[in-house]
Amino acid sequence: MISRPKPKKNRLRRTMMFMNAQKPGLIKDAYIYGSDSIILDLEDAVAENQKDAARFSLYRALKRINYGDTEVIVRINGLDTPHWQEDIRCVVAGGADGIRIAKCESAKDVKDVEEHILAAEREFGIEEGRTLIMAALESPLGIMNAYEIVTASPRMFGCAISGGDFRKSMHVQIVKGGIEMLAARGQMLLAARAAGVQCFDTMFPNIDDTEGFKAEVLQNREMGFDGKSIVSPKQIQFVHETFAPTKKEIAYSEKLIRSFDEQADAGVGVYTVDGKMVDIPFFEDARRVLALAKACGVYHGNL
Amino acid sequence: MEIQKPAIAGTLESSDAQISVEPFAHGLELSIESSVLNQYGRQIKATVLQTLERLGVKNGKIVVIDKGALECTLDARVECAVFRSSGVSDKNIPWGGLVK
Repeated sequence: MISRPKPKKNRLRRTMMFMNAQKPGLIKDAYIYGSDSIILDLEDAVAENQKDAARFSLYRALKRINYGDTEVIVRINGLDTPHWQEDIRCVVAGGADGIRIAKCESAKDVKDVEEHILAAEREFGIEEGRTLIMAALESPLGIMNAYEIVTASPRMFGCAISGGDFRKSMHVQIVKGGIEMLAARGQMLLAARAAGVQCFDTMFPNIDDTEGFKAEVLQNREMGFDGKSIVSPKQIQFVHETFAPTKKEIAYSEKLIRSFDEQADAGVGVYTVDGKMVDIPFFEDARRVLALAKACGVYHGNL
Repeated sequence: MEIQKPAIAGTLESSDAQISVEPFAHGLELSIESSVLNQYGRQIKATVLQTLERLGVKNGKIVVIDKGALECTLDARVECAVFRSSGVSDKNIPWGGLVK
């Protein structure tokens, strides 16, 4: 029996790869590809008459397969279905790291899920508070309520936009450049940063359109996302490379931190580095960049 | 548990197994079809029988069509078929109890 270490709210989540929980061929080696997180799916990937079978298969996988450092999240069925409560019992009993709430639209949705998670943790003797939550925002209402959603529970580690459903409800298609989701992505990012949780972009569905995929990942990083949902192992490497701090960013952060220590010792608050004025927020951001670089394995310095 | 009506779980996809169960009055009758029968036939049989024993199934006809399933997949499919045959596969599953 596998028993996973206590999940961390804050960790590296550049890639979250979707896997059908009903397909043993997929979930048995999901971890070897090296995505930061996997999302075992009980929702859309599983046919309506196989929901029960998917749970048995998921429970076994959670108990028997060693996913190592890969985070294991389970996407449960929507709160408007008869499935989500048993999904939660299965996921909590199996000891997954977290639950992704599909089609989340309000703080109440989060609290309903939280209540059932707590009940399941008590029922199965799991440490209370262990199971984390993330919210998938898939509708205009979900986006409008993003802040109340991401602040609804201490278990909440982040939110993601789900492009497929969202675009349909907005009557738009995927557009090169992403203008069709710009406002939604922006609003969700603001809410996540205001709440101090992570924020993830939707998956890119056209697996063979490498150019379109890369453009979207680059834009994700420029907008400030922490990571992205993916649907193929082929997509992992580029996302990981793109989300890792560049050599230039690392060098600048090092320089900032070293100079800041000197200036602080000398009693100086605001000063310039490379001709640019810097103060405390720069210093904090430099620390964040170095921590991320370390986690991504691209910085081995001593700061 | 008792096998009350015919039920089936799993698929014929690679790495999966399809398990059919139906009521039978005189003990367990197990038949196995597998692409790896020569190498793993005994192991598959032992796994299925062990799971049935854990579930307390004493009577039934069980047909296994194995497509190279891992042990944990076989377990999950047998459990699902048995729970379906009693009409109790949808909720209040004894996770960590009978299913462990």
